[in-house]
Amino acid sequence: MNRIDQTFKKLASSNRKALVAYLTAGDPDFDTSLRILRTACASGVDVLEIGVPFSDPTCDGPVIQVASARALKTGMSFSKSIRLAAEVRKAVETPIVLFSYYNPIFKYGLDRVAKEVAEAGVDGLLVVDLPPEEAGPLTDALKGKDVHLIRLAAPTTKPERIRMLANGAGGFLYLITRLGVTGTGGLDYADVAKHAAAVKAVCPHPVCLGFGISTCEDARALAPLADGLIVGSALVRIIAQAPADADLPALVATKIGELRDGMDACP
Amino acid sequence: MNTKQIKGHYPDATGHFGFYGGRYVGETLIAALTDLETAWNAAKEDPAFIAGFRSMLTNYAGRPTPLDFAERLSNHVGGARIYLKREDCAHTGAHKINNVIGQGLLARRMGKRHVIAETGAGQHGVATATIAARFGMGCKVFMGEEDVRRQAPNVLRMKLLGAEVIPVTSGTGTLKDAMNEALRYWVAEVENTFYIIGTVSGPHPYPVMVRDLQRVIGDESRRQMLEQVGKLPDLLVACVGGGSNAMGLFYPFLDDPCEMLGAEAAGEGLNTPHHAASITGGAPGTLHGAMTYLLQNDEGQIQEAWSISAGLDYPGVGPEHALLHDLGRVRYDGVTDREAVEAFKLLCRFEGIIPALESSHALAAAINEAVRRPKDQAILVCISGRGDKDLDHITAYMKAHNL
Repeated sequence: MNRIDQTFKKLASSNRKALVAYLTAGDPDFDTSLRILRTACASGVDVLEIGVPFSDPTCDGPVIQVASARALKTGMSFSKSIRLAAEVRKAVETPIVLFSYYNPIFKYGLDRVAKEVAEAGVDGLLVVDLPPEEAGPLTDALKGKDVHLIRLAAPTTKPERIRMLANGAGGFLYLITRLGVTGTGGLDYADVAKHAAAVKAVCPHPVCLGFGISTCEDARALAPLADGLIVGSALVRIIAQAPADADLPALVATKIGELRDGMDACP
Repeated sequence: MNTKQIKGHYPDATGHFGFYGGRYVGETLIAALTDLETAWNAAKEDPAFIAGFRSMLTNYAGRPTPLDFAERLSNHVGGARIYLKREDCAHTGAHKINNVIGQGLLARRMGKRHVIAETGAGQHGVATATIAARFGMGCKVFMGEEDVRRQAPNVLRMKLLGAEVIPVTSGTGTLKDAMNEALRYWVAEVENTFYIIGTVSGPHPYPVMVRDLQRVIGDESRRQMLEQVGKLPDLLVACVGGGSNAMGLFYPFLDDPCEMLGAEAAGEGLNTPHHAASITGGAPGTLHGAMTYLLQNDEGQIQEAWSISAGLDYPGVGPEHALLHDLGRVRYDGVTDREAVEAFKLLCRFEGIIPALESSHALAAAINEAVRRPKDQAILVCISGRGDKDLDHITAYMKAHNL
């Protein structure tokens, strides 16, 4: 059984919600990134999302844009991101989702991607600019591999399409909480609640909320609405803002602990 | 040459031009693109909409633009006769207005009160600001900070027209980054904002919609050639950045026995890293919503484009061009900065026309072809815009290169 499925099953049986943590691969550099990712897994993260840096991250806000640029500057790439995931996998059993824009995947070669991510111990691929209509070739390449293609739904997604997305989802459905790019704050909890309920009602898979979740308060308010929360920019920002000599893994772990507390404090 | 039955066959129902095109965007934009597609499909079949579009092309944009025989230039070059499709004569000084009138009318029909646009040379930004003023819509134009510097006169024009120009500092500060930022803004404001994309690129339905709005260039040219010259051109030439003037010119001729040449910006040369020739020097991939030819490295990171011309300084190209290249229907070739500037000077001196630097690439390619062809051949080249906006930039270039 895929580690993502195992994890959600286990969490459900203990009535807990998943904390999905996004971090950009190679931010601020390969070795530090590896230490941060491993520490994150030991600090209460249920699913690890490793972001492949891309030159033109049109779905991302400034925090992840800058992180991508930082990582690319140190020579990070798609192949090195797979290597990083493999290194994380050596130490932990946490499910790993590789997040990417489509072009690096397409350029690397779909069959090669499928083979190498499976060998690296990656459990899911999330391709942010690849809607199901264009995902045929990648889906075919992933056949026979124990790697889910994670799908996204948005606040603008119409009901009949939500049903289509939900049924085709693998692992979990990534429900975007708000309009805009990643890292934009100011969530309207009531809006999110309404949308999440509608999606949960038709989705046979776990539903996780992402975009704009950054505080303990967000975590507490939103955790009851879904099966998990995805936090990205709030973690990446810590890396960007830390002083040069800071213990980055510890800082990220502290933030994860706060979010975890918020989620677990929910009724 | 395969000249049969290309026209009308692409894109397919899902917006693919063969392998290219499609809709590679985040889920949030899917609904907006579906709505846009539905609205466009209804509008283009609505005689009242089409009549409104035609009327504005005539009375506002000043169409038809002339088809002009460049007699002195042709004699100077000594070879095939060169004809100019004078898009520089259109209102706002470039072909960009054709597309923007159409999309502006569509935005109004869809009840959108705000439009946004990306711009490189500033021509599309000016055209969008123009139509926003005309229709009383709010307008934001995203422009790379490098281009804000290179195209200062157009920035002033946009501001005069009431648009807000937003300098984009992310990435390389050029057209690609302006489009990234426009997409990011759109995804946040998608419910009340219409994104007017300026070229035959982006996610479906933009490439086909912009082509259909720009085909007036080719439709007029075809009629004018038959009326004025008595035959179709042997060769059509247009510059290709995103490729909207080229697609507009080429499309109506696709099933005719005419050769076609797309002039890409070869910058300092195709053998250098400093060029913007996505087809001649790139490889397939996805950017800004479409599968197409891109400048990219082996790991799929998009590379910086480089051209003296801000309007061609883009690492991608419209997906229909990618298909026409693969089909062998259109030949794409690079024109260097220097060749473009030399052609620019020739048109100024021999015809009294100051072309845009973008159009000068097409002109250089046309001259290059004319030299090798007999006098009974006709070459039609699209002068996609006027060059007033480029004067400072080009003067500096000529000085630096002793031209």
